[in-house]
Amino acid sequence: MDLWRLSIREVAGLLAAREIGAVELTRAMLERARDLDAELKSFILLEPESALRMADAAQQLIDDGKAGPLTGVPLGVKDIFCVPGSPTTCASRILQGFVPFYHSTVTERLEQAGAVFLGRTNMDEFAMGSSTENSSRGISANPWDTSKVPGGSSGGSASAVSACQCFASLGTDTGGSIRQPASLCGIAGLKPTYGRISRYGIVAYASSLDQAGPLARSVADVAIVLQAIAGRDPKDATTADVPVPDYLAACDGNIRGLRIGIPEEYFAEGLDPQVEQQVRQAIDVLAEQGAQVQPVSLPHTEYSIASYYIIATAECSSNLARYDGVRYGLRAEGRDLLETYTATRSQGFGREVKRRIMLGTFVLSSGYYDAYYKKAQQVRTLIRNDFLKAFERVDLLATPTSPSVAFGIGERIEDPLAMYLSDVYTTSVNLAGLPGLSLPCGFADNLPVGLQLIGRPFDEAALLKTGEAYQRSTDHHLKLPPAAQSSGGRE
Amino acid sequence: MSYETVIGLEIHAQLRSASKIFCSCSTEFGAEPNTHTCPVCLGMPGMLPVLNREVVSMALKAALATGCTIPPRSVFARKNYFYPDLPKGFQISQYDKPLAEFGSLTIDTGDGPKRIGITRIHLEDDAGKNIHGENDADRAFSFVDFNRTGVPLIEIVSEPDLTSPEQAAEYLREFRRLVRYLDICDGNMEEGSFRCDANISMRPAGQKEFGVKTELKNMNSFRNVQHALEYEIHRQVDILESGGRIVQETRLFNADTGTTASMRSKEEAHDYRYFPEPDLLPLDVDRAWIDSVKTEMPELPRDRQQRFQKELGIPPYDAGVLTSEKPIADYYEAVVKAGADPKAASNWVMSEVLREIASHDQLPGFNVTPKNLAAMIGMIDSGAITGKIAKTVFAEMAKTGDAPDKITEREGLSVIADTDALAEIADQVIAANPKQVEQYRAGKEKVFGFFVGQAMKATGGKADPKALREILLTKLRG
Repeated sequence: MDLWRLSIREVAGLLAAREIGAVELTRAMLERARDLDAELKSFILLEPESALRMADAAQQLIDDGKAGPLTGVPLGVKDIFCVPGSPTTCASRILQGFVPFYHSTVTERLEQAGAVFLGRTNMDEFAMGSSTENSSRGISANPWDTSKVPGGSSGGSASAVSACQCFASLGTDTGGSIRQPASLCGIAGLKPTYGRISRYGIVAYASSLDQAGPLARSVADVAIVLQAIAGRDPKDATTADVPVPDYLAACDGNIRGLRIGIPEEYFAEGLDPQVEQQVRQAIDVLAEQGAQVQPVSLPHTEYSIASYYIIATAECSSNLARYDGVRYGLRAEGRDLLETYTATRSQGFGREVKRRIMLGTFVLSSGYYDAYYKKAQQVRTLIRNDFLKAFERVDLLATPTSPSVAFGIGERIEDPLAMYLSDVYTTSVNLAGLPGLSLPCGFADNLPVGLQLIGRPFDEAALLKTGEAYQRSTDHHLKLPPAAQSSGGRE
Repeated sequence: MSYETVIGLEIHAQLRSASKIFCSCSTEFGAEPNTHTCPVCLGMPGMLPVLNREVVSMALKAALATGCTIPPRSVFARKNYFYPDLPKGFQISQYDKPLAEFGSLTIDTGDGPKRIGITRIHLEDDAGKNIHGENDADRAFSFVDFNRTGVPLIEIVSEPDLTSPEQAAEYLREFRRLVRYLDICDGNMEEGSFRCDANISMRPAGQKEFGVKTELKNMNSFRNVQHALEYEIHRQVDILESGGRIVQETRLFNADTGTTASMRSKEEAHDYRYFPEPDLLPLDVDRAWIDSVKTEMPELPRDRQQRFQKELGIPPYDAGVLTSEKPIADYYEAVVKAGADPKAASNWVMSEVLREIASHDQLPGFNVTPKNLAAMIGMIDSGAITGKIAKTVFAEMAKTGDAPDKITEREGLSVIADTDALAEIADQVIAANPKQVEQYRAGKEKVFGFFVGQAMKATGGKADPKALREILLTKLRG
């Protein structure tokens, strides 16, 4: 049996019934991940020792009859989550050698649930990028076409799930970094509402936008992982004390009467016509299932990229100030303090990170604050109000996730503006703090197309319900990329 | 030309919360370097601040005590700069929306009381401390101690209402007394838990516009503050008199030389790139919170000082000394409540009590309870013991904690009022000093005191002075 093909629910069922052992499963997945990674480079680091230890603990839970839906299930963890004893580098040279002794709340909850972490997945350095080309640890490939990027910044997390190197993975999304790679790799990825998931122990990029979330092959699997990590955390003051519903129960496939808004601004110039066609067909499928579809308007959409790149860079310029070579990570010794700072940061950060630190420093500087940062915050409020107004009439919105399918490795890396436009449909959702789900809805040029569903604050359940309904009547999510099948016969 | 001095102070007071402002590490001073640290205050990757509510309540006390307006919402902001003792690369402070604004503190000046405006009070976290290698092996290195990182501070910014170094020092003293009364800061300038920077400028007398100011730092005592300001006044006036211009800059005070020297100019000043701290929600302080803090507010030192003068009729000097520290005022008031005459109680507390204890912190456990001190003062009033004996009784009370009547009985310290016994002593003294008797009888009445002293000495100070005088008078005149 090809265990790696199974859904989380299926594999957890086999584990619970003791038809397979957790250690045996982990061993097989480690081997598969390693083999496929020669080509895909989804992982920065595979950690067989700790993975097998976790599998052992999971088996113990199973034997004690205490297994949950994720017990013994091998996952990939983006290299941005702190895990005790596990090198956490954010794919940056500046964090080389940094080994946290503390858990992020997300990984701690998953460990308690008995999940197994196979290793650290590749990403754009400090989560800044849309292609995973900004990694100091090599470029990941898209399993559907290895000459294409997997998207970013959670590109390794997306390619690993897409190629069935693990059953689900963790990503973070600041401007689209879960949804865009999920879209480009043909899997599901959820950015929860800001405040739904604790940011404690996740290396910060832009604090007011960052949010962790799951990537998985099906919407139901996304729901299972979300269930384990969602909810208020006293260690993160920005998490909200909002009850966490039963997400899997919400995935009942019934969307009769659900009102879905189609924002006209998301179907404008710049959208690949083939992508538009797939997305519109997907919306038709939802309508066939009883959803009421109607046009809505989000008039401030065109300002979202500009606002995003001001707010995110401002926050990152401050968040990344702590990497100064004094306490951990890289230190390039200079003759004095200033030289040590500049040498450390010059050598430690990559080009895109430096670009964003400089942009952010500029927009916050005295005399420019009002024109940039303050203005961007005002626009942010307008963008959020656009959404809240739309949600007076509809329950959720449906849009493309990305204006195009996966682009070629090297194609946009020299043109930051073109790269930034990859996020044109996703950044607004972060600025407004809303939940967004991307799920596969077809193919263009043999590359996956993603449908984005955007919901009301804390209404992830509506997105999952709709996504599940869609996946019950389509099979895009069941298709496997060529890279996944190439070694499929081995087990 | 005559010049007018304009001074404004920025006080940084460490709050006495048990744990740091954004994590649960201890705030205790003097621990081994880097033992009171955690990933949060060390600024490790992924760490987030969580606000300590006790700290806010303490800051609210300072705000209420200075009559500040407390807006319903204040906002934390990041103040960005690089320094090894600042692990996050920014300080979490408050910028355009501080916790409290528009307050005042009244101080005493030579010309009577003066109200000094308080611009704002805001919360922030303290930085760590750089230690430069002291012994040979370490000389090539600098070290950082992060124990102080994240210790809560309030910054209190005054209006430029102070017009002399004396007023500045008095304002500082008054603020220190206040925060100690409120029990929110220990006010220790040497350990750095109470710090002060000063802005000072000069302007021709009568001119409305401010002159160019300098900012003075590194003054770790009241004296230093006063000296630094005095020096700076001379320096600025000299420049102005000789037609020069003051440069806006930050200057460091050197306590050894008593002078200030330029640290950085306005051009070199940091651009702190303040922006709202995204990791913390805005701080909402509602009516209920303020009301609950109000119920914990002690009587303020200045109110108490005035009440002591008015209600208890003691002199302003006494009231000032007795209210200098809350435990002293509490003790004094307990003595009066136990029935002692207020002025007599004041004398005893200011002299004997304060001499006996090393610091007012020891007052709550002090052997001489207010009740016993009041009883002793009562015994003096009733003539049961003399004032002189009382000092012995007091010393014994301080040693043993026993009640005064028990001590006088045990030590035989009660007054000798027995006229027969006193007459006998008087006779002995008169017989032993014929020369003085002659002088007295010849009209030199001053010698009378000599006889009283001799007789008192003979009784070990226990003679009832009134009875003794009468007997001596009768016998000498006889």
